[in-house]
Amino acid sequence: MNRERIPYALLWSISMGVCAVLVWIVVDLCLRGIGPISWEFFSQPPTQSGREGGIAPMIVSTLWIVAVATSVALPLGFFSAVLLSNGNGRRFPSLVRSSLDMLNAVPSIVFGLFGNALFCIALGMGYSILSGGLTLACMILPILIRTMEQSLSAVPADQRLAASALGLSKTTTLFRILAPQAAPGMAVGLILGVGRALSETAALIFTAGYVTRFPGDVFDSGRAISVHIFDLAMNVPGADQRAYASALVLVVALFAINGGVRVAARRFSVRLAA
Amino acid sequence: MMRRSSLDRAFLIVQRSSALFAGSLVLLVLVFVFGEAQGALSSPGLGAFFLDAGWHPKDGEFGLLPMLAATLATTLGALLLAAPLGIGAGLFNALIAPRPVALMHRSLVEVLAGIPSVVYGLWGLVVLVPMIGGDGHSGQGLLAASVVLALMLLPTITLSTEAALLAVPRELLQGGAALGLGPLARARLIALPAARRGIIAGLVLATGRAVGETMAVLMVAGNVVAWPKGLREPVRTLTGNIALEMGYATQDHRAALFVVGLILMLLVALLVMLSSLFGGAAHSSAPSLRGSRT
Repeated sequence: MNRERIPYALLWSISMGVCAVLVWIVVDLCLRGIGPISWEFFSQPPTQSGREGGIAPMIVSTLWIVAVATSVALPLGFFSAVLLSNGNGRRFPSLVRSSLDMLNAVPSIVFGLFGNALFCIALGMGYSILSGGLTLACMILPILIRTMEQSLSAVPADQRLAASALGLSKTTTLFRILAPQAAPGMAVGLILGVGRALSETAALIFTAGYVTRFPGDVFDSGRAISVHIFDLAMNVPGADQRAYASALVLVVALFAINGGVRVAARRFSVRLAA
Repeated sequence: MMRRSSLDRAFLIVQRSSALFAGSLVLLVLVFVFGEAQGALSSPGLGAFFLDAGWHPKDGEFGLLPMLAATLATTLGALLLAAPLGIGAGLFNALIAPRPVALMHRSLVEVLAGIPSVVYGLWGLVVLVPMIGGDGHSGQGLLAASVVLALMLLPTITLSTEAALLAVPRELLQGGAALGLGPLARARLIALPAARRGIIAGLVLATGRAVGETMAVLMVAGNVVAWPKGLREPVRTLTGNIALEMGYATQDHRAALFVVGLILMLLVALLVMLSSLFGGAAHSSAPSLRGSRT
């Protein structure tokens, strides 16, 4: 027993140390970020390259980019997930799955290159909310498909068989039997995708751009909050406080979303993908 | 009946084309990145990227070995820090911690996983870099980049280690207990060897993430193109190089940045294949379908 004391102490201190660093980061974020937070911070555009003023245009741009990304990725992901969860055929689904694994691992900066080449230049969309949103749609597709497929496959097989025995068509079975039961899990997948889109920076700089104006429509360039944080921290001396405040806003939004996922997942006992 | 089945058929076509599109997206990315890189691959040629002395794209010098070395150095540094800590924390959580402590620890680690990389970069820049800097050094450099990256890898390594350890059959551990082994001996002699593949797969995935990480590293690495010589010397990684120069690059320079992207993709693809060799990809995609060990 005595010999075990040292490794025990080591493991405890490793784990507690990791926790301490995390608490440090979060507390630091709150302490430094809380200062500029006010109603004006949410409602005003930035002035003096972001040293003063708020982040209203960035919030709008971020929401638009995420909206474009999810509205494109959601139907694509849903239909793909339905096919993959059907289980007929072996080769094609497993090929698609490993290809999605690969896509999931592609670095976000490479998505930025891809989005720039395809959407901004080849399709002539320029630096725009649309280019950024479509790039993010490609990026979040793997996680959407994976979680949706899992929740569709989690519906007991008896129910598919029963539906089929009743002579229901596949389409009816999907929309009347499978989709309602899988809905909570699919919502979790959607929220995970939104979270990933919200935190993305590298893929957006060269697709959605970094103009600080309010975007007029989806063909305008718009700066996401994450890009704003980066720009303030790196390119604008003396804007650290505003950068921290923007980071605090982003992290609080993400935690709220994640908390929502967790509550929903527990409520509907969905298995989350690691 | 006829109408119904034609609806089914139409719907199946929609599903198939969606899945086909999703499945070929990674090829589309590859094709576009390759297409844009073509210019540089044909005119200075791939050799230039490995043989040229320096990175001066405007003057036709495209040597990116220093940046490749910087990417590998920051990745290695991050792994050296995060692997022992992450494996230790995962082991602690799975086998040793009392249940409430394990739960608290796990949710903290999940919180850590949810923080965007740009926020890690901000923390690194404002808090960590001044701590490392001093006597002529800014603090931005290899060490700062490795520490920030390590923090970002910790959740991946901790959670995958924990999952792999929890997947070890209970009977094995109970058998160990029946032989009179204490918790630590059970962990060392039974659980860790049994969970080895899963832990390694997690490490490989974390390596891929480290290679591809851009923002956090960009903000703390100093971004001077140079061979990594010391812990406090500034370096520029491959990803950082793209992010820094893409805004103004044209023609050959732009194509060269796409070559960098291509190299990154290949590196990461290698790591994914390596990880699936250890059962990592099967672990990450639809474990419920493949009858994962429970």
